[in-house]
Amino acid sequence: MRVIGTIAISVFKESVRDKVLYNLVLFAVLLIGASYLLGQLTAGQDMKIIKDLGLSATSIFGLFIAVFIGIGLVWKEVERRSIYSVLSKPITRVQFILGKYAGLVLTLAVNLAVMTVALYAVLGAMMLLGPPSLVLVLDAPPLDPRLLLAVALIFVQLALVTALALFFSTFSSPILSAVFTFGLYVVGQFNADLKQFDQVVNSSAAAWLARGLYYVLPNLAPFDIKALVVHGRPVSTGYVLLTAGYGVVYVTFVLVAAMLVFARRDFK
Amino acid sequence: MLLLGAAVGAEVLRDGLYGEPAPAQSVLYIRSGNFLKRASVSNASLLADTYWIRAVQYYGGTHRSKASIKSYDLLYPLLDIVTTLDPDFTIVYRFGAIFLAERYPDGPGRPDLSVALLQKGIRADPLKWRYEQDLGFIYYWYLHDYGRAAAAFERGANVPGAPWWMRSLAAVMFSTGGDRRTSRALWQQLRETADNEWLRNNAAWRLAQLDALDQIDQLETIVRTWAGRTGAPPDSWQTLVRAGWLRGEPLDPTGTPYVLDAGTGRVGVRADSRLFPLPVEPGA
Repeated sequence: MRVIGTIAISVFKESVRDKVLYNLVLFAVLLIGASYLLGQLTAGQDMKIIKDLGLSATSIFGLFIAVFIGIGLVWKEVERRSIYSVLSKPITRVQFILGKYAGLVLTLAVNLAVMTVALYAVLGAMMLLGPPSLVLVLDAPPLDPRLLLAVALIFVQLALVTALALFFSTFSSPILSAVFTFGLYVVGQFNADLKQFDQVVNSSAAAWLARGLYYVLPNLAPFDIKALVVHGRPVSTGYVLLTAGYGVVYVTFVLVAAMLVFARRDFK
Repeated sequence: MLLLGAAVGAEVLRDGLYGEPAPAQSVLYIRSGNFLKRASVSNASLLADTYWIRAVQYYGGTHRSKASIKSYDLLYPLLDIVTTLDPDFTIVYRFGAIFLAERYPDGPGRPDLSVALLQKGIRADPLKWRYEQDLGFIYYWYLHDYGRAAAAFERGANVPGAPWWMRSLAAVMFSTGGDRRTSRALWQQLRETADNEWLRNNAAWRLAQLDALDQIDQLETIVRTWAGRTGAPPDSWQTLVRAGWLRGEPLDPTGTPYVLDAGTGRVGVRADSRLFPLPVEPGA
């Protein structure tokens, strides 16, 4: 466990050295700039738009970090040949994979935490400094604690995307890993269509195949509760826990697959 | 920095000599909200916000434009896209309903599209009584269809949590149809429940028009009385002022003098008043 923690910390420090957290500055500028401009551009609903913007930006920035750092996690070590010195130490390949994954998830967690604080800060400032009408027309309170539910599911979704990127990085080049990961991300948003494939085709075999793919491929759409939360629509705790549980199980599955592939790789 | 300054200088010089490029015409390349919803990949709400801002800018820009012919052709498609991307975006239905129905040149004069937009909202959330309130209002004020207005207010009144006055509005529609007191009550309700400044200002403007109509009624009564005594309407307000019938030239709620037609004795608002043209009243 200590070994995994050490690797994780080194991945986190490396991402800080690579100025990954600079995206937080961009995020803050985006939110503050938008909160000022929206007053001039829209006819109300500034808070709703800031919430949408904050949650979407959190998700998009996190996606880019998860994919573009995730795909290089293992590949970089192999390319630099530093993998030889790492594996010559008392570190197992499983620990190496888990440490790398935990490091990137830690980076994402810090990133999301700071973004969430920034989002609440901007919403709080708008509530205090803006006209009272800004608050009157909202479906949900400005500093709605349920925004955290949306952020939590974004985090689990990003953890799943990170696992996919890491998995591809154990056997593929960064470009191909990026293509595969983004591909699965997009498919994961729409794979509910696969379940209804029997309504589109007559072939029962194709319909069964599509249904099988629906269950096997990662289903990412349920992690998106941004709109529900922003509009103050109910989201049950059971739904959030079950979706998060699905994410954890799928992450475990992908990490086990990554470990198996990495364990079989020959670095000689 | 020097080179950048030179580039800016050259641009200013070119714009000064050859004129600035014409602003781009508003074009809506993609009209399918469902396509955009998929293309947004789980960011449909944010895309809806973008189209909402565009719709507001489009309406505001067209409304304020000095062009002799104004086109609001893209207003409904923009609002339709927003409500497909984010069906819970309440303000879009309410804003759209009023501004789509406004008569040209203040809007496209399409209350049928207002009805379509509000019905879409009701399908998305049957528990939002305000959509029924707005629907009833559109039928009442713009379409003068009191039966449908009453039915909409009645449906709204049956929604759990709807205020008591919704049922009163339905009753008033059934019994009296259109009168100015009802109009005033409806615009006041709309102003008080408006989600944004634009709707509030629009309601305030309509209320000022109703005040003007009240004042016009009073002035026309004075003019008719004068004509009954002298055999002809007064030739100007000054005649009535000199005779002590008025304290001064009568002004509309925006401070612009009313116009008196000396031939017919009819009173109206001046063409440069912000209240011009006055609405065709329900029941008129």
